[in-house]
Amino acid sequence: MLKQSHIQGHAATLRIANFDTDQVMPKQFLRGIDKSGLKEGLFYDLRFDEFGKIRADFFLNQPAYSQTDVLLAGQNYGCGSSREHAVWGMQQYGFKAVIASSFGEIFYSNAMGNGLLLVVLPEEQVQALMREAEGNGKPLAIDIDIEKSLVQTLKHQFSFSISTRHRRMFLEGLDVIGLSLKYKPQIEDFARKHWGAQPWVKDIAISTRKRLA
Amino acid sequence: MSQKTLYQKIIDSHTVTVLDDENVLLFCDLHLMNEYTSPQAFAGLDERDRGVLVPGQNVSVVSHIIPTQNESPRQIADPASSLQALNLKKNCVKHGIPLFDTNDPLQGIEHVVSPEHGMIRPGMVVICGDSHTTTYGALGALGFGIGTSEVEHVLATQTLVYRLAKNMRIRVNGKLPIGTTSKDMILNIISKIGAKGAIGHVVEFCGSAINALSTEARFTICNMAVEAGARGALIAPDKTAIDYVLLRAPDISGDTKDDALKYWKNLYSDPEAEFEKEFEFDATEMAPFVTWGTSPDQAIAIIDHIPFKESIKDPTVKLSLEQALKYTKLEDGQTLEGLPIKHVFIGSCTNGRIEDLRDVILTIGDRRVAQGVRAMVVPGSGAVKEQAEQEGIADKLIAAGFEWRKPGCSMCLAMNDDVLAFGTRCASTTNRNFEGRQGRGAITHLMSPAMAAAAAVTGVITDVRKLQGVKNA
Repeated sequence: MLKQSHIQGHAATLRIANFDTDQVMPKQFLRGIDKSGLKEGLFYDLRFDEFGKIRADFFLNQPAYSQTDVLLAGQNYGCGSSREHAVWGMQQYGFKAVIASSFGEIFYSNAMGNGLLLVVLPEEQVQALMREAEGNGKPLAIDIDIEKSLVQTLKHQFSFSISTRHRRMFLEGLDVIGLSLKYKPQIEDFARKHWGAQPWVKDIAISTRKRLA
Repeated sequence: MSQKTLYQKIIDSHTVTVLDDENVLLFCDLHLMNEYTSPQAFAGLDERDRGVLVPGQNVSVVSHIIPTQNESPRQIADPASSLQALNLKKNCVKHGIPLFDTNDPLQGIEHVVSPEHGMIRPGMVVICGDSHTTTYGALGALGFGIGTSEVEHVLATQTLVYRLAKNMRIRVNGKLPIGTTSKDMILNIISKIGAKGAIGHVVEFCGSAINALSTEARFTICNMAVEAGARGALIAPDKTAIDYVLLRAPDISGDTKDDALKYWKNLYSDPEAEFEKEFEFDATEMAPFVTWGTSPDQAIAIIDHIPFKESIKDPTVKLSLEQALKYTKLEDGQTLEGLPIKHVFIGSCTNGRIEDLRDVILTIGDRRVAQGVRAMVVPGSGAVKEQAEQEGIADKLIAAGFEWRKPGCSMCLAMNDDVLAFGTRCASTTNRNFEGRQGRGAITHLMSPAMAAAAAVTGVITDVRKLQGVKNA
């Protein structure tokens, strides 16, 4: 994960509540075995009509909004399917952060783990930013300081909370698996005791497969 | 001694180490994989030359991309999807991970396959790169969905860096009326607490109405808890759950069985344990439920009407209603009964089990699929399919004009070739009515298998109780 402490971005509004990951990244873009090609699929049904023609009314299709890299979104953004492709696609498109009053849980973990910053603010504050961003014909200049947990625009300054762990991940660019692997001896020790107490869960996948073979 | 919830007990018994105030390193008993959320995880391992720490606690099932038409052997015509299946097999063989492959007679939806063969046991932590992993709460196992980066983490360490959740309890007392099922119950609950109502929480379901449900009916409840935003669902394992497991786990016998029963007996929330949020529902008042919008919480009882715009005060909820109705081509204040449908889909990890199919047969009686309606039945697994065929269910469905297909996720998310045409209105036993979920522009109405069956034979959304001869429906 890349180190980031500061996002100087351009924010635009997507006023849809419960915008699920099926809409962020539709199914037809999930057939790969790598992470490539997801930029094309992002918000596909919003960006293109049913005949594949560009929908000029959608903000991301307007030249003035081509710099958009921060999304001001409705509540429960990223609910639904666990597909991490939604996060990869947002990043490939150029998004650096999403601000909303709540996020789907799996999307939240996926995004923060990949360095797509999710900022949770109270709904009134999100609405205030949305109002500030709308009607200008161009994205709203926005500054997100991860170290100080501050969102700043011309008219507003809001502080947000981020877990110590997630902040460190952004500031230091941690290799989470590498860090967890340092606990390998503890994990193996735990497993031995765990299986000693509950032998019926040891090798459960492989023994079931063998029984059914 | 401090009082703990069932959730806290399971977390405590799987905590390798506490990382900080919010996170623990959580040991995972079983990790399920599919063909589309795992490839980049295996690739990530390869890039850093990392192995799979405990292959025997991992299993894969080809489930999402597989076509369901009746052909043997099964072929995946789409080249990209075919590559995903081949790639899954390659990765499983390389790392010694057991697999239910494309032409395995037991292949199916991962959340149907794993419990039916005894792989899910009370007190376990089960994870999968699929949001509907919450299903396993029905057996007192903590299941939850993860992303691909976390799949890679589990493969490498058999653990997850796990953010602790809060506790929520939903109590449902009373007796579900005839004609209503656990699907109606959970749609009812989600409509009340909202699609984000359980965010940050693991939900424990309890109460006499939950206790009265079969294990399969409980799967449906826990499966859809994620549609309220829950990070997990749990039902304390009782005799119903334990009998279900023991019947499917021949390895648990003799002394092991005594030890297991003793261990499982402790899997309940202590009487004074604290829940951050609690809700209560009365099952007696529930009726068949149907969604009208594009989020699972946009649902009403079949006897009810879609909310009037003017009645909604919250501007966000009002905007969502307007956006949803524009997509579903309905009016505020209208009822759903009598609304013509073109397609019926019966299946999925929510409602693709044998009891669901029995409900369908009971509902249709000697009626046939209405003219102009295409009705598909996709069993949740090879085992469900075989049992339905043995019980004569398949023959009856075929005789009534239903398509009897091969197992898989199919039209629940339409990732294979089972995709609805633009504008098609579908009565579906699945879990998500999102825009475009079953096909671009397709309109999904979530409902129980019995309600979907009633829609299939009448051609319109129907109060199933009328077909069943229930009075006052």
